[in-house]
Amino acid sequence: MSDPSTGSGTTTGSATDAVARRSRWRWLRRLWQLSTGRFGIIVVLVVLATAVTAGLWTPFDPQQVEISNRWAAPGWPHLLGTDGSGRDILSLIMAGARTTVFVAIGAGVVATVIGIALAALGALTARWMRESVAVFVDILIAFPVLIIAMMISAVWGGSLAVVIWSVGIGFGVNIARVTRPELRRVLHSDFVLAGRASGLTPLQNLMRHLLPNVAPVFIVQLSWAMAVAVLAEAGLSYLGFGAPVTEPSWGLLLAELQQYITIHPLSVVWPGLAITITVLGLNLLGDALRDATDPTLSRGRDRLHPPRGAIRHVPEVVA
Amino acid sequence: MSLVVQDLTVDIAGRRVVDGVSFEVPDGARVGLIGESGSGKSLTALAVLGLLPDGAEASGSVRWNGRELIGLADRELATLRGDEIGIVFQEPRTALNPIRTVGRQIAESIRIHEGVSKKDAAARAIAEAARVALPDPERIVARYPHQLSGGQRQRVAIAMALACRPRLLIADEPTTALDVTIQAEILELMLSLVKNDGMSLVFITHDLAVLSQIATHGVVLEDGRVVEDAPVSQLLTTPSSPVTAGLLRDATATLWRPGGAE
Repeated sequence: MSDPSTGSGTTTGSATDAVARRSRWRWLRRLWQLSTGRFGIIVVLVVLATAVTAGLWTPFDPQQVEISNRWAAPGWPHLLGTDGSGRDILSLIMAGARTTVFVAIGAGVVATVIGIALAALGALTARWMRESVAVFVDILIAFPVLIIAMMISAVWGGSLAVVIWSVGIGFGVNIARVTRPELRRVLHSDFVLAGRASGLTPLQNLMRHLLPNVAPVFIVQLSWAMAVAVLAEAGLSYLGFGAPVTEPSWGLLLAELQQYITIHPLSVVWPGLAITITVLGLNLLGDALRDATDPTLSRGRDRLHPPRGAIRHVPEVVA
Repeated sequence: MSLVVQDLTVDIAGRRVVDGVSFEVPDGARVGLIGESGSGKSLTALAVLGLLPDGAEASGSVRWNGRELIGLADRELATLRGDEIGIVFQEPRTALNPIRTVGRQIAESIRIHEGVSKKDAAARAIAEAARVALPDPERIVARYPHQLSGGQRQRVAIAMALACRPRLLIADEPTTALDVTIQAEILELMLSLVKNDGMSLVFITHDLAVLSQIATHGVVLEDGRVVEDAPVSQLLTTPSSPVTAGLLRDATATLWRPGGAE
């Protein structure tokens, strides 16, 4: 029996630190190694950077009407051309990115708060409470997001807040619906019991064992909610329930340009592309995040990322 | 540091699953709780630590070191769990958190009970991994449970339970889910650790052959009641209850079967 006090404990302190540091950031590295993750990160960063830039500078004033220069073809100085009132499409898309980011983050926050609250209420409380929450969630889930948005905007009028709240509520319910059973499953797992047996308080157990194990499911749902928020903003604005016409928005731009799709088919492509790529990027990022944070999906036993061209370890099964 | 269980009952949804169980574990003793599945042996162990599932109600008396544990607030029990009393569960596949490294899980109770820094706890985790004879302890602490074999995971679980040097170890069928050869290794490891530290052991099993290897005293349970309470040698030679006789038959059947255990 080796003596614990003379173990390698003191000499390997720094090595342990390095290991801890590496494992803390390894998910980020793994995310970057996944092609979907890389694409998602780049898209999200580009959209964020565009939104920030648009707050300070756009090539033209996005609302500046220039009748003499209607339907300019892409070129200089209007890189993506102009619309039917001579506004610069690139500037409109850049300004619209701000709206998109605002809506996506807003809806994400609302969905997270509602989703986690409902999931926790539905999984961790007394039985009668759990079951009423489950029924409540099932009822709410029957309302499509679009209907919720129309209901809200019928009462308070169209605005970005309508989009945020309707998508946030709609997807918060979705998150709760998917996260709740997952939370129940993890709650009854042996390692949560083992955590209690090690002397963890319920709150510590929640933070260390429960939530981290539910996170993958939650992350995918959240990224989906944010992607749908982008789509919903475009869709609702297109239908006139979302952004007011004075607000720059991809959906409004799309709605305006598609009326002339037969005459100027190229111009409608730009807001459409912006929406599609952003939604795709968010979805792929969510999926890749789930994969990257799940250690059981990692390849190899010791080295996570062997050099390019090296034969990857196959996880061996030790008897 | 003795455990005295007196007239312990556990009710789940109006059904009495543990019915007036009494036994004693003097300091340094190794006591086995043995019985068929459903005899209430696991629930008895969980009741000692206040870890019963929702809806289960324990009454009676569990005295640890003279202190009554039944009815104690969860917060107070939490200070005992892992510190004075450690527990190892049956299924090493599920007893470890899949997304935390082995080292962090071993360090967990050290950090809770001894308030040491993250760095010191990580170093301690390596020493604890070495103590349970895990191979290459410095690297294994950075691994995740799915990268270990079943036997290695059970060693991790034992390291977790013993990290704070508890005075009592409760082992709930810790070898049942393992291969026979690994079973023997784990039993040997537990026995040497328990003996080295002079801690008490409550070992739960349905296998009299396993029990005879690790415990000196056996408490036989059936339908939540104690049917026999005797030294293991006596259970093996002159069982006084039909349950014990049945368990003995099962154990010898394994021994006699060509290619069976041992």
